[in-house]
Parts: sequence; structure tokens; C-alpha cells
Amino acid sequence: MAEYGEQPRMGFFTDTSVCIGCKACEVACKEWNEVPGGGLDLLGTSYDNTGDLGANAWRHVAFVEQPVPPAPPAVELGMPTVGAPTQDGDAEEPGVRWLMSSDVCKHCTHAGCLDVCPTGALFRTEFGTVVVQQDICNGCGYCVPACPYGVIERRESDGRAFKCTLCYDRLGAGLEPACAKACPTDSIQFGVLDELRERADERVRDLRGSGVPEARLYGRDPDDGVGGDGAFFLLLDEPEVYGFPPDPVVPTQHLPQMWKRAGAAALGVAGTLVVSFLGRRR
Amino acid sequence: MSPRREPAMVDPVEFTSYYGRPILKEPAWKQPDVPLYLFLGGAAGSSATMASLATLTGRPGLARVGRLVAAAGASASVVALVHDLGRPARFLHMLRVLKPTSPLSVGSWILAPFSGLAAVSAGSAETGLLRPVGKLAGAAAGVLGPAMCTYTAVLLADTATPSWHEARRHLPVLFAGSAVTSGAGAALLAAPSAELGPVVRAGLAGAVAELAVAQHLEHGLGIVSEPYRTGRAGKLMKAARGLTAAGAALSLAARRSKVAAVASGAAYLAAGLCTRFGVYQAGVASAQDPKYVVVPQRERLAQARGD
Repeated sequence: MAEYGEQPRMGFFTDTSVCIGCKACEVACKEWNEVPGGGLDLLGTSYDNTGDLGANAWRHVAFVEQPVPPAPPAVELGMPTVGAPTQDGDAEEPGVRWLMSSDVCKHCTHAGCLDVCPTGALFRTEFGTVVVQQDICNGCGYCVPACPYGVIERRESDGRAFKCTLCYDRLGAGLEPACAKACPTDSIQFGVLDELRERADERVRDLRGSGVPEARLYGRDPDDGVGGDGAFFLLLDEPEVYGFPPDPVVPTQHLPQMWKRAGAAALGVAGTLVVSFLGRRR
Repeated sequence: MSPRREPAMVDPVEFTSYYGRPILKEPAWKQPDVPLYLFLGGAAGSSATMASLATLTGRPGLARVGRLVAAAGASASVVALVHDLGRPARFLHMLRVLKPTSPLSVGSWILAPFSGLAAVSAGSAETGLLRPVGKLAGAAAGVLGPAMCTYTAVLLADTATPSWHEARRHLPVLFAGSAVTSGAGAALLAAPSAELGPVVRAGLAGAVAELAVAQHLEHGLGIVSEPYRTGRAGKLMKAARGLTAAGAALSLAARRSKVAAVASGAAYLAAGLCTRFGVYQAGVASAQDPKYVVVPQRERLAQARGD
């Protein structure tokens, strides 16, 4: 084990361009972390029947079906062909593309859940991840609305808050998280965050250079509203298409201003009451 | 407020989402526990300060009502908060640390001493035991009172819930006004008419602040104002405004007529309840619809790109 201070920040790079929607990550996460099942719940919108991240879903595979413009006609090389001649218009048929993406807790640099937790149950680990200490959490629920991604949730059967731990127990034993281990296409990559960022930049360059101009990274920028995500993504469309907020901001960014405002309002209350009691004795 | 109808809203906004599912989790707190706690905490806070000032200015009847409302309100809000926990047996974990980044931690450190002080003050005054300690406790509760009135606004605003977070400049003023009118309402119901002068004046000031800020909440925040005007929250906010105005008008006759005083007090208290439940419900509604997340964030991105 590395000494304190030497451990680099660890994270996930989820490259959705190679996700095949197999949900092995969801299953492996549930098995390893003993996350309860939610029963059979068919949402009726797509192959996604998990719906969203929550206390009982720490990985969630989104399925998006999109109509796409027809592919440009192939360059005519004048080669001899066999079979019936193709009819004009065939190429005009609109196509369909599937976007699949395995969502997870972002392990934000500036984590709203961690900031607002009044008990100190949520803490930052030596790996730079954000984890709930289940023996401390008293189920106050404040972390739930504080997350700008809608990840953490109170488990009703238990009362406490739960979310992805980035397999804190496995990391401590030198293993990679269960979801990354189970991912058959390496869509989920685990590693040192700085290295993942370099790899992701290279991957976006490659994709854009090979005719996928819509490839973009989400949560990679350390200057965004949450200081960059420990778990970031390569997406092929706008973030909201996958259910991500387009420009998340940690709510505590404005907290000093809010405390000042509340302090001024409290002084206003005191002043109003004092003035009301002055003057006429009636 | 004027009954003027708004012209039809702007064109329906265009935005994309994942099958229309919410992006954010709605607040996990229970209803009525937490809105009730917001109301009781505010009423208790302003009542404690009124009790201190009434003691200083020789208004014993008003002081007694203030002490009792502060003690009862604070105790009830502690019960509501503990009941809301997923693990109520672990309520003492709230005092494990003091975290300035957590309004709930700071709030616990305000509420815990406040409720104790208010209870000691009322208990001592009612039983005649430990008079000097009781007086000191009452004075300390009076100093903490204004903080009780406004910290709950930060509690709501320091979340990703769009209609709360975007209202972060307005909620403290709204909650301050509402706490003052609620405290005044309790005093109007129960204090002797001869001592109601300061209560009426404070109530009017609170009502003006509340009405002015409510107007801004409902119209000045762009798309995230919508939840304050529509649905159940819209009805509650509208009722709150009507009741506040009625309470303020009736309070002008409160010193001459006991009936007017009681009606005014009841209207103020009902207004306080409607305000807290209305604001709470508006936040829930804004978290349920991805529109309130995507549209303002897209606008922010477009602005950043344009500038």
C-alpha cells in the first residue's frame, strides 16, 4: 500500500462510444456491493428498466434511440457489380442509432453531498472518491437534493443514504471496481484520474478525426461547476439526452453569499423588532 | 396584491431530456415534518426575541406568550426534525461535528441551544424556580431568535433544487418576514390587547417584506419562478399572500377589538403555514421536471459562450 499523500486520485472514464448496453456493470455492482433489487419494473420506454441512479442502482445503463440522417452515398468507383441495380432513394431512408451509456456517481471534486452532510458521514477517501460511512449516516436526507446530478438517495427500507463507493473495499485491496472489471468492451475504464484524462483526450481526437465530430467529453474539465468529475464520460450527443444536467454547479459554490444574506435578514428581524418596541408605550 | 391576470406565458420552451425523466432527486424530507419545522422554527425564533423585548419594556403578558410560543415551537420543531430522520435513534450524530459548509449542521447548533434555552426560560417563568437562570436563558434565546428565523432559508437554498437555489437571494427575506408575522400572529391571538402595539407594528413590517419578496419569487426568477405560480405550490403561495394582507389589515383594529386581534393572528399564522408549505412544494415541483434543470443551465452556457 502507498503511504499517505502518495496515493493519486482514482476515477472512472466511461467511453460510451463502445458501450454495448449489456448491463454487466449494473449486475456486477449489485452483486459485489449487495445492493438490493427493485423487483421487476418495466418502464416501457427502452431496454432500460433501471431508469435512474439511486440508493438501489449505483450503475445505470441508459438507452437512447435516435433517428439519424441517412449515410452519405458511397463514392462510386465504377467497379463491376452483381445483383439487381439499387434504386435511387434507398439511401434516403433515415437510419436509427442507439446511444448507450453507463451512468455512475461522479465523485465530484467539489461534492455537494459531502459539503452539506451534517454528520460527517460522507467523506473523501485517500483515493479522492466520495463515500458514505454507513455507521455514521443518520438518514437526514440533506445530501439528496444537494447533488446536482441526482445520484445519491435515501433507501426507504433502511433510512440511510446510499450511492456508489467506487468500490472502496476493492480499491483498498488493490482491485479495480466491480463494474470496470465486468465491462466486456472496456467502456468503463478505471485508473489514475490524470492518466484517464489524457487517454480520453486522445480518444476524442481519434473519434473526431475518423468521422465522429459529435464526440465530446463530459465532466472532464477541472474548471466546471463541480471542479471536474472523478468519473467522467465520452458522449456522442448533448448531456441532457442521456439524462445528465448540461451545466451542473455545486450548490455550496454560492453558500458564503447565502450566509451573508441570511445574516443580514436576521439583523433585519432584530432591528424590526427592536424598533417596533421603541416609542409609544402601547 | 392586484388580481390582474398575467397574459399567456411565453411559448412552450424547447428542451431535450432522457424520456422526460427527472434529472434531480426531489428532496427526501417528509411532508408535513419539514415544512412544519420551517414554520414552527420561525415562529419560535421571532417569539423569543419579542419575549425578551417585552420583558425589557415592561409588557409581562406579551413576554409570557412569547416565552411559551418559543418553547413550544422549538420543542415541536426538534420533534419534527428527529421524526424526519431515516434513523431517528442517531439524532445526536447531528452534533458530532460543526460544519459551516452544511446549513443543517449550523442549524442544528442553533436549534439545539435555542430549544433548550427557550424551554428553561418558559419553565422557570411558569414555575418560579431558578429565576435568574431563567432570565438569562430568555435573553440568550432572544439573541438566537433572529438566526432561527432565517437559517432555514439557507437550508433550502443550498441545494441543487432549481426553484430553491435560484431563489437564494430572496428566501432569507421571505422567511424573515414570514417568521415575524407568525410570531406576531401568535401574540395577537393570546397576548393582552394593551400590550399589542409593538406586535402590530412588527407584523406590518414583516407582512410588507413578505409580500414584496413573494412577488419577486413568483415573477422575477425566469422559468424557475413558474413552480411558485402553478399547481399546489401556486395555490398555497396565493393563499399566503391573501392571508398575510388580511392579517395586516385586521391587525390595525387589534387593539380596539379582541375579535379583530384573534382573526388577525389566525390569518398571520395560516399565512405562515401556507408560505412554508408553498415554498417547499415549489422546490419539489422544480426537481420533478427536467425542464427546470436543462433550460436555465442551457441559457447559462449560451451566455458564457456569447460573452
